[in-house]
Formats: sequence, C-alpha cells, structure tokens
Amino acid sequence: MLAFVLRRLGVMLLTMLCLTLVVFFLVNLEPNLKKLAISQTEQRASAEQLESWLVKNGYRQNFFVRYGQWLGVWPKQPVMDANGKPVPRFRYCDEPDVPTFSGVFQGDFGCSTKFRTTVANKLFPALGATGILMFWVMAVMVPISLLIGILAGMREGTRTDRALSVASISTTATPEYVSGVIFTVIFASWLGWLNGSAASATGQGITFYNFTLPVMTMAIYGTGYIARMTRASMVEVMTQQYIRTARLKGLSFSTVVIKHALRNALIAPFTVIMLQFPWLLTGVVVVEVMFRYQGFGYVLVEAAGNNDIDLLLGCSLISVFVVLVTQLISDVGYAYLNPRIRVQ
Amino acid sequence: MGAIEYVSGFQIVLGVLARFWTVWLALAIVLGISIVFKKRLGLYGQLFDSGVGVAGVAICLFWLFTSILASQISPFNPLAQIPIMKDALPGAIVPDSGGVYLFGGDKLARDVFSRMVYGSQIVLAIAPLATAFALMVGITLGLPAGYYGGKVDSILSFLANLVLAFPVILLFYLLVTPGIMETPIPYGMAGLFFIFPIIFFCVLFYTRFKNRPERLYILLGTTILIGGWIYIGLVFDADPFGIVSMDPNELNIFVAVVFASSPGVFRIVRGLTMDIKTRDYVAAAQTRGESPWYIMLWEILPNARGPLIVDACLRIGYTTILLGTLGYFGLGLAPESPDWGTAIKDASRLLRSFIHPALPPTIALMSFVLGLNLLADALREQSMKD
Repeated sequence: MLAFVLRRLGVMLLTMLCLTLVVFFLVNLEPNLKKLAISQTEQRASAEQLESWLVKNGYRQNFFVRYGQWLGVWPKQPVMDANGKPVPRFRYCDEPDVPTFSGVFQGDFGCSTKFRTTVANKLFPALGATGILMFWVMAVMVPISLLIGILAGMREGTRTDRALSVASISTTATPEYVSGVIFTVIFASWLGWLNGSAASATGQGITFYNFTLPVMTMAIYGTGYIARMTRASMVEVMTQQYIRTARLKGLSFSTVVIKHALRNALIAPFTVIMLQFPWLLTGVVVVEVMFRYQGFGYVLVEAAGNNDIDLLLGCSLISVFVVLVTQLISDVGYAYLNPRIRVQ
Repeated sequence: MGAIEYVSGFQIVLGVLARFWTVWLALAIVLGISIVFKKRLGLYGQLFDSGVGVAGVAICLFWLFTSILASQISPFNPLAQIPIMKDALPGAIVPDSGGVYLFGGDKLARDVFSRMVYGSQIVLAIAPLATAFALMVGITLGLPAGYYGGKVDSILSFLANLVLAFPVILLFYLLVTPGIMETPIPYGMAGLFFIFPIIFFCVLFYTRFKNRPERLYILLGTTILIGGWIYIGLVFDADPFGIVSMDPNELNIFVAVVFASSPGVFRIVRGLTMDIKTRDYVAAAQTRGESPWYIMLWEILPNARGPLIVDACLRIGYTTILLGTLGYFGLGLAPESPDWGTAIKDASRLLRSFIHPALPPTIALMSFVLGLNLLADALREQSMKD
C-alpha cells in the first residue's frame, strides 16, 4: 500500500510539473504578453513602450529560465533602473533587489500584477472563502443525494424509484448557470425570501439570507449524479445472496437495509463523491461569478481575464493539486473500504 | 412610449404552439413511423417501449427539427433590433409590422423567442459533431492502449490523465481566447484531431478488405477524398469548392471541446477493451491469425458499442452544458451570438429588473440536456436487458 501511494505521489508531481509547464507556455504566448503589457502600462502606450516594459520586467528572458525562476531552481533577477541600480521588480510585492532563488519550491508563489499584491496574499483568503462554500455544498449535497439514492435503489422498479430517478436525471441536466437563474427568479425576484447576491457574505459574514442560493445552486447539479450512482450500487447490493439470507432469517426490511445493505452500498458513492471535486471546481467559478462571492473562482476569472501570469499559475497549481489529491484519496479510500481489494 | 400593446397570455401560448407547427408535423410523422415499425428498428425501436425512451426521443427530435427549421419558425431575425421593443414584456406587439415578440424583448430590443430558436442551431451544429470527433480520437487511441497494455498504455494514459486533471474551466480560459487565434495552436490542434477520423476509417477498411483489393481501393479512395476535402476545408479553410468552412471562433471552440472530452472517451474505450479482450471470440480471432487492428476494430469495438452509445448521448448533453458555460463566460462566441449560454449571461445580469429574457434560454438548454439524458437512460436500460 505504501509503495502504491508513493508511486502515485511521484506521478502526481510529474503531472503537476507537466501541467504548470503547459499553463506557463500558454500564458506566455505573444498575444497574452501583449495583453498583460497593455493592462500594466498606460492606455495609449506605443508598441515600443510595451516592448520595453516587457524587456524591463524580464518577460523576454528565455522561456525555460523564467519557468525555472517560477519554480525556484533559477535565481530571480532584479530590474535595473535608469542609473543601473538594481531595484525590486514589482515594489508592491516586496520583491528582493538582489538575485535570489525564490519560487514555488521556496514557498513564494510570485506577484499578482492585477491585484498588486503577492499571490499568496490574494489566493489563500480566497481559498478559505471557497472552502466555506464547498463545506456547505457538501453538507447539503451528500446526505440528500445518498438518501435519494438509497430510497430509490431499495425497492427497484417501484413508483418511488422511477419518480426519484427521473428527478435525479433532471438535476444532472441543470448546470449551475441554469439553476442559478431559475432559483434567483423564484426565490429572490418572485418570493423575495433570499438574496440574489452573496457579495455581502465576504464583508458582513455568512447568513442564511445571502448564502442559501449559491449553496443550493451548486449542490443541485451534483446531487442527481451521486444519487444515481448510489441507486445503482444499492440495486446491485439488494440482489446479493446475503441480503436474501438476511430476509429469510426473518429480519425486518428496514434492519436489512440499514445493517446489511447500506455499508456495502456506500463504497461506490464514496469514490464518486471524491471525484466530484474537480467538477465542483467549474461550479465554483460559475456560482462565484453569478452571485459575486469573492472566492477562488472569482480570483481565477480575474487572473485569466487580465492574464495575471503568477496568479493564474497559482490557481492552476492549486486546482490541479485538488484534483489529483482527491483522486488519490478516492483510490486509497476505495481500497480501504473494500476488503476484497485490501487483501490483494 | 407606452404605445406598445400586448396580446394575452393564452394568445402567447397559442402563438408559440403555432410557430412550431412544422416541428409538430415533422415530429408526428417521425414518431408515428417509428412506432408503427418499431419491431424492425432494432435498438432504436426498443426505445419506444418505455415512457422515458419516448420522452427522450421526442425532446431530442424536437430540438433537432427546431434547429433545422429555425428560419421558418422564428418570426424575427435574431440579431435585428427594434428600438421601441427594448425590454418589452412577453406578448408585446411590434407597432409597425404587427408581429408579436412572443417571449418579449431583451435589453438590446431583440426578439427573445427568435434568439432561443436560433440558439438551438449553434448547439446542434457543434455539440454532436464535436462529440463524434472526440469519440473517434478516444476510440483510435483507447483501443491500442487497452489491447496492447504496457508502454503504449502507460504513455497514453498519462497524457489522458494530464488533460483530465485540468479543470475544464481553466482549460477553456487558456484555450478559447481571442489572443490564441493569432497563434497557430488552434489550427495545429485541429490538424491533429481531424486526422483521426481519416486514419480510423482507412484502418477500418484496410483490415477488413485487404484481401479484396477491388473493394478496398474504392473505399480507401472515397475515404481519403471526402476526408481530405473536409480536412482541407476545416483546418486550412481552403476548400476549393467553398462549401466546407468553419468560422475561426467556432473552430477554436470546437477544438477545445474535442480536446477536453476525448480523454474521457479514451478511458472508457480502454476499460472496455481490457475487459473484452479476455473473451473467447477474441482468443479465437487471435488463433485464426488475424492482425491486432482487425481484432480491435472488428471484434472488440462492435461488442463495446452499447456503453459507447450511452456515453455518446450523455456526452452530447455534457458538451451542450460546456458550450453554455463558454457562452456564460463570454469565451469564444461573438457577443451578439444568439446561443443559449450568451443569452443566459446577458439576461442573468439584469434579473433584478427583468426576468423574462432569462427563462427561455435556460429552459431550452435544460430541456435539451434532459432529453439526451433520458435517451441515454433508456438506452442503458435496453442494453442491460439483452
């Protein structure tokens, strides 16, 4: 098991290295650098001014040198001012004025040109905010979807089963930007019960009034999918011999379901729930933009819209990390939960 | 102002139903024929045994016919603006022509109903085709990965996992930007992806007919001729007849969507191949001395078609959602494009004042994806019965 986890961690590191290289390549394409230079200099800067800004701030160095600097395996160079004196590259980020190894390996994620602060300063609070959102989404989504799945799969083919199945198919056909609009229309515009914006959640704290809509919107898309997986797993378990044995022993239906079926039926949904995280990431972006909640998704959109290189790299690193770690947890957890795999 | 007159709610419903009359007619004909001959139609016919299947087929066909007949159904040009109709409520009568904005006007005074109808065209032009390409790429790479295993499998799986580890939204923000169209990247990727169908069909025919040259040459020639023609038209936009061409924006989206969804197909095909290659009929083919590609394409692939068809249905739905996401973030498509995602984006910003422009595109998108999901569910039920 340990060897397996270690090998997976190795592959993970390699994947992250490859992906950041790809992202680094894409954000450093000529049109993207132009966009950055235009947003960082005055509006009417000439082509030469843009070029000199790019040269001055080191964007014209060798591609691999710059990737090495970002990683922290190559020293970051300070900028020379008019008198040939070294000055920090971006003053607002407290960058050093001597060549230093300062990259991801040293824990320095770089400097956000859009927000004029370090990436760490911007990204980690945003991640915290998203973490709260994710927590509530999970807290709503997981119990509801498991319950629906178990109720539907318990007695396959009944009217309850069919009704719940069609309901869960409908939710998988409702992406966040659709359910968000529909819920806002119903609960905010029409009934007026809830706030159609979560902007106040960042400053004044989270309340039922401003946070329910984002959580509901995000939870609904995943619910159907997890419920269907749970149902399929439950249906399979209910046809097993040991369930029949338990029934023939004279145990009541509810005891059989709770004591014998549930434990085995929940192994598959566990994996599915874990693998939902990458999907939730897209949802986070949509929901945070729609309800104006300042979290990770909002930062990602801003970074991508302004080609904020370091911030975008930080975002990709974190999202890829989340995806890979959840995959690892789902694999390890699956092996742990399922005795048949554990023995091998 | 204030001169706009409205028709009643009942008249709106009647008006909408009447505008779709060609669709109802086409639906009635196709469904009628399908139900009468359902015994002879194989898997498609079996769909009509369950309510879920009928609903799925009906919804999908509805949007298919709507997209084909869009110009006949929609009363107005989706891009035309009639200034007095800005934010008009549903049922508003256009003062001069007497036409009715059935679902009202949006903030740029365009007819919401016509835009919804035309939006289906964009979705149905891109989603099924992109899914088909993703299937081709996924199958062509997934079969050898699952069949040979070893190094081929490790490398291809690593690459697939690499793409899958990328959050879709980030991928789109990086790949679908106006800037990237100045670089050769989208065209290079298009060149790579669009070659897969040609390779696929060439190998398919070659392995089957290599001992019957008289048929092989005709088939190979046709494949390369038609494939090459479409290839030149799509990738280089240099179709000598000027029929096959794609807007650079759409090509960009198309390529990004294929790129994002082919690793998923790859994984499924690889898993199915690994399962099926242990069957007796594969062993029999190996004993006969058939070539590996013959076994993959003519023994394994036909037996993997059930799950693949189901996956394709779900995937078209998912691609529709992706296109909506792109529109919602204003990526790729032109800002005035009538697609559902862009319409939802525009309308959702004004929800506090007007809700009517938001509902038609959301419900359209939802119903189409729902139709596809129901279809996939019914297909899965049917293939489980066999």
